[in-house]
Amino acid sequence: MKAYDALELATRNLRESILRNSLTTLGIAVGVASLVAMLSLGVGLQELAGRRLTQSGLFNTVVVYQQQNFGRGPGRGNDSSNAQASGNSGFSSANTNSSGDANAPATNPLGASEGRVVDEPARQELSKLPNVLEVYPEVRFFGEVRYNNAPHATAIAALPPSSRQSDAFDSLQGSFFSSPDAQEALVLTEFAKDLEKNPKDVIGRELSIRYAERKALASGESAGADAGLWGFSVIPREQKLKIVGVIDSEPYGGMRGFARARVFMPLALAEKLNIVQTSDVRSVMRGRESRTYQSLIVRVKDPNAVQAVEDAARKMGFATFSLLDATRNLRRFFAILDLFLGIFGSLALAVASLGIINTLVMAILERRREIGIMKAIGASDGDVRTLFFAEAATMGFTGGALGVFLGWAIGRIINTGTNIYLQRQQLPPEQIWLVPWWLVGGAIGFSIVVSLVSGLYPAARAARLDPVQALRYE
Amino acid sequence: MQQMSSDGPNTGQNDEIVRVREAHRHYQMGSTTIRAVDGVSLEVRRGEFLALLGSSGSGKSTLLNLLAGLDRPTSGVIEVEGRDLAKMTSLELAHYRRNTVGMVFQSFNLIPSMTIEENVELPMRFAEIDRAERRKRAREALGRVGLGARLTHRPTELSGGEQQRSSLARALANRPSLLLADEPTGNLDSRTGEEIMKLLRECNQSLGMTLVMVTHERAIADRNAHRSIHLADGKLALEVAQR
Repeated sequence: MKAYDALELATRNLRESILRNSLTTLGIAVGVASLVAMLSLGVGLQELAGRRLTQSGLFNTVVVYQQQNFGRGPGRGNDSSNAQASGNSGFSSANTNSSGDANAPATNPLGASEGRVVDEPARQELSKLPNVLEVYPEVRFFGEVRYNNAPHATAIAALPPSSRQSDAFDSLQGSFFSSPDAQEALVLTEFAKDLEKNPKDVIGRELSIRYAERKALASGESAGADAGLWGFSVIPREQKLKIVGVIDSEPYGGMRGFARARVFMPLALAEKLNIVQTSDVRSVMRGRESRTYQSLIVRVKDPNAVQAVEDAARKMGFATFSLLDATRNLRRFFAILDLFLGIFGSLALAVASLGIINTLVMAILERRREIGIMKAIGASDGDVRTLFFAEAATMGFTGGALGVFLGWAIGRIINTGTNIYLQRQQLPPEQIWLVPWWLVGGAIGFSIVVSLVSGLYPAARAARLDPVQALRYE
Repeated sequence: MQQMSSDGPNTGQNDEIVRVREAHRHYQMGSTTIRAVDGVSLEVRRGEFLALLGSSGSGKSTLLNLLAGLDRPTSGVIEVEGRDLAKMTSLELAHYRRNTVGMVFQSFNLIPSMTIEENVELPMRFAEIDRAERRKRAREALGRVGLGARLTHRPTELSGGEQQRSSLARALANRPSLLLADEPTGNLDSRTGEEIMKLLRECNQSLGMTLVMVTHERAIADRNAHRSIHLADGKLALEVAQR
């Protein structure tokens, strides 16, 4: 029998006892709806968490810095704890290859064994790695900020334009920097409160920062003895910045170093100003002339690529840091959550599949004679089996499609309800419900498969029916 | 139906379409064995109209079911068109029922949820015949039995005679070489029964189909069949040639 004929006969048979078959189909629909509802909740929550985390910059960022072991002088023995590794379990360990050379002759006055220097060529090299969106130096320095002629000591950090996407700017009042090197500043709400009674009042006002400029010496020039030793001169400077916005928290990026920054300026501007940072002091003590960075922040396309970028950077001789382990746990959590939601959702479908078996077995009893007739006029066992499978599959498909729609509708209702609640709590609306296309197709496909499996026994039983027996009685 | 004279492997001087050799069909009912068909041997010539007579329980219907490939013999040979039905797989038997035999039943056995046109089309669905060809042949067959105007009626809307004619049209749909009829007039009054017998004779005479009919009415057999075989207790009792 041709597939089309089987389907046509199947739908005809299903229409014959429309009420019973509709109820069975509705059972499948409810089962599929519960499965879709559960899974789309899982998927939606996962998306939501993923979106939030990506926005936070926590999971697609790799910080690259110079490998270093402080206090590894000959007199200190094998005290392996260092500033980065101690007490920070979330840090990926950076000193894997350092214990071997603990007794190697120290080459610099501080007695630290060191890895590759993070400088401009390193930055170029890192930005050429696959999946790297951007590499920018972490600029963070301690300076004095003057506002209304009153001095405030604080850490100042520089932000690249891309940090605008960070969720820290959800709370932005005012605006972001108008251009990558605008002479503008953002301040933390907490700091703004120190400046004005109403934090919003600082927007549009001016502040000036005092910093030290690192100025390279012209070749051949021998200024003071001090300058000759340092390789560059340090000049105190002042820069006026217009406050354009206020934010509640600092965007993630880098190691944060010694202090939370409370004032932010555009990265390009900060680089142009050649502000002296602690790394400069270190590089001076090592007798280097070239510019080095404290650390570089590497933004990666998506969290999955973090590991590869980190490995590549380590191979290049740098120490790295990321929160990859945290994302890995998060993924595992969602996989388990989805599994459980799926199992609970499938329970209803399992009950529905019993309904299919019941309906089809009933149909065999009712259509006993009809099956006998079909066999007598030339239907093979396979034809009868095909016919019953076609009926099961039709119910499965119809139930699946109906169920997806039902599940989607339930999801919409719950989503709307949640958002009304969120709004009452003064929170922005969220999409916690997501029905992706793979779920639509998967749910319908799954319900067809479940129906076919449910049809196995009835179909085999119908196919086995002895036509002589079936035709014997009126 | 020219192919019938050229097709079969048994196109020798005997030209027998059916050969039954020592066929047994035994049922187990509890501890007793029922010998419904108990060592029957017979031949049916191509183009013959054979009547199987006997009282109820004589084994005539069981023998017909064996010829129809609906049932398998416990032992013996049932050869139709030179092929032993006893040795066929169930799929081969299905093909045999589909293409070689057509069946008419006492209780018509039409599917009540289908129109008579769909009923007649049904065996052609199993034979995977194209929709258009199917429709054409169904109408042709229904026209032949005089039901060309009632295609869209359901069996329950028809009289017994009309139902039996639909059933005959269905049996003719796949153009079988062997037509089997199990008490075709048993549920009909004598006038309608005579109409059906006339149609069956036509199939036998003008279409050249071999016809084996089970009946318990001797008069019908005498009036229509070329030859009658009487069965009693599953055995051949008497053979009478009418013409």
